[in-house]
Amino acid sequence: MSLGTAIAQNLPALQVVLPLLAAPVCLLLGRGRAAWAWATLVAWLGLLISLALLLQVSDGSVLRYAFGGWAAPWGIEYVVDRLAAMVLLIVSLIGALVLSYARHSVDAEIDADRQPLFYTLLLLCLAGLLGIVITGDAFNLFVLLEVSSLSTYALISLGRNRRALTAAYQYLVMGTIGATFYIIGVGLLYMVTGTLNMADLAQRLPELAHLRTVKTAFAFISVGLALKLAMFPLHLWLPNAYTYAPSVVSAFLAATATKVALYAMIRMFYTVFGAPFSFGTMHVEWLILPLAAAAIFIASVVAVFQHDIKRMLAYSSVAQIGYMLLGLGMVNLTGLTASLLHLFNHALMKGALFLALGAVVYRIGSTNIERMGGIAREMPWTMAAFVVGGLSLIGVPLTVGFVSKWYLLLGAMENGWWPLVILILATSLIAVVYVWRVVEAAYFRARPAGSAPVSEAPLTLLVPIWLLALANVYLGIHTRPLIGLAGSAAADLLGVGP
Amino acid sequence: MQRDFVLRIIAKLLIPYILLFALYVQFHGDFGPGGGFQAGVIFAAGIILYALVNGFEQAVRLVSPRILPPIAAFGVLLYGGVGVVSMLRGGAFLDYNLLAHDPVHGQHYGILLIELGVGITVASIMLTIFYAFMERNR
Repeated sequence: MSLGTAIAQNLPALQVVLPLLAAPVCLLLGRGRAAWAWATLVAWLGLLISLALLLQVSDGSVLRYAFGGWAAPWGIEYVVDRLAAMVLLIVSLIGALVLSYARHSVDAEIDADRQPLFYTLLLLCLAGLLGIVITGDAFNLFVLLEVSSLSTYALISLGRNRRALTAAYQYLVMGTIGATFYIIGVGLLYMVTGTLNMADLAQRLPELAHLRTVKTAFAFISVGLALKLAMFPLHLWLPNAYTYAPSVVSAFLAATATKVALYAMIRMFYTVFGAPFSFGTMHVEWLILPLAAAAIFIASVVAVFQHDIKRMLAYSSVAQIGYMLLGLGMVNLTGLTASLLHLFNHALMKGALFLALGAVVYRIGSTNIERMGGIAREMPWTMAAFVVGGLSLIGVPLTVGFVSKWYLLLGAMENGWWPLVILILATSLIAVVYVWRVVEAAYFRARPAGSAPVSEAPLTLLVPIWLLALANVYLGIHTRPLIGLAGSAAADLLGVGP
Repeated sequence: MQRDFVLRIIAKLLIPYILLFALYVQFHGDFGPGGGFQAGVIFAAGIILYALVNGFEQAVRLVSPRILPPIAAFGVLLYGGVGVVSMLRGGAFLDYNLLAHDPVHGQHYGILLIELGVGITVASIMLTIFYAFMERNR
């Protein structure tokens, strides 16, 4: 058996196994560059694997992989369809770019003897997130959720500010409650169906839908995942976690973690419980819609009044998650497409913005808006990338942000929900306000008195930032491939053909 | 500490049996109750008992905290390595059937090896956590 065929046959397993097994190797490599170089190599290989998987399923076929040769539903099964491939792609893309970026930023923010541990944790987190996306087993999803969550708590606590410890602890408590709720729900499902495989659950649940146990399970799973994806008002852990985590971690988490939790929620609603139960019987959209609308409005307004730009972006993330949930709550093809598009696009824009802020931290050691006054004159490339990301966040045409907001508007109009149309447009204007505050400070104010002159960020930081910033523009102009992918993934979920 | 003769002698008598019992639980796990996690915890408990009786310095001389993370990493790699070997032999990840000339032996070796990996990692992580607390209280 040659290596090539072994790899080709096991691509779905390798997507998760590679970073999972590469993580302990980081620990063995010890201090110095080796751990970083190894982690980066693994992340790029992971990106290649997810591209290969996407190519295999882009025609609508579904890839199934049985672990250990145990056929589903007895064994653990990995399933790749178009939706999973799309989310795998964005997670591994962000992973590869963030790790390429990490070297200098981590050198500046993390003690040398903790760096191997840092890369170990980051790879574990990546493995967990990829696993949540690819697994076709409800219990395995919980295990991988814990793999990613536990490493996330430790990663956040490595922030330089001592408040990172409280932030991590807060997230630990909330995240554990979320995961526990999820597993209680899965336990209840197992009680009535005797299976944990998602496809098998989907087959058995419709005839049991009248049982109160199933309805309780649905409630537990919804609330548990809502905690993990920071649905308003369960978002309270998020601003502190993103603000005090190391720059690299903020960028990675903001671009991937909540998106993957949202993916898990979509999976549960559509694939496991099925749209007729989730939206027909349980009417979960009437819970999601008002909360999403409140998240968009309140979190956007709160973002305007933040002095720390990292915290501002964190509140903006809560609002953006609101947009994604809004699309989900519309329960039509356009809305779901918008939700998936925004999931992908938000990762691109928040990735670019947080990485740009990381470069600012690298040079001036702060993201306070006062300290960032006039910084654009000294770091023109970094701040230009920030502006591109900000424009995308607002939803200016020719950026990816426009594409997803456009579909969101179409979805709202399709349902005739004009107040929501107004809300989406009005909150985009609020986004203009908070992005403009940064632009105004960075471009039009003088450097604060007594601050030492700084130079532009090094190229190793600028290249990943600009790759993401350009992706925002490129995919905002060549919109077809992404819309096609999201549209077909949404159509798969709704079962309305390609 | 020096005067607690009974404690020291009983501990001295018990520790070898605790470690031996850990190995029994470890390698008997595929036929009876037991397995890597329990064995790892019992093994670590034996060394933790030694540390409680003889003090931190002596325990560090026995098992240095610095060697624990690489050992933990090795355990994970042993587990994963079994999966990688089965993939290279043309099967799925962790398909033990392909580890030996016939599936029954393959299953046997497979479960033995991955449980050994679990045991090694659990024991070293338990000790790491214990040392972390002990160092704080010094």
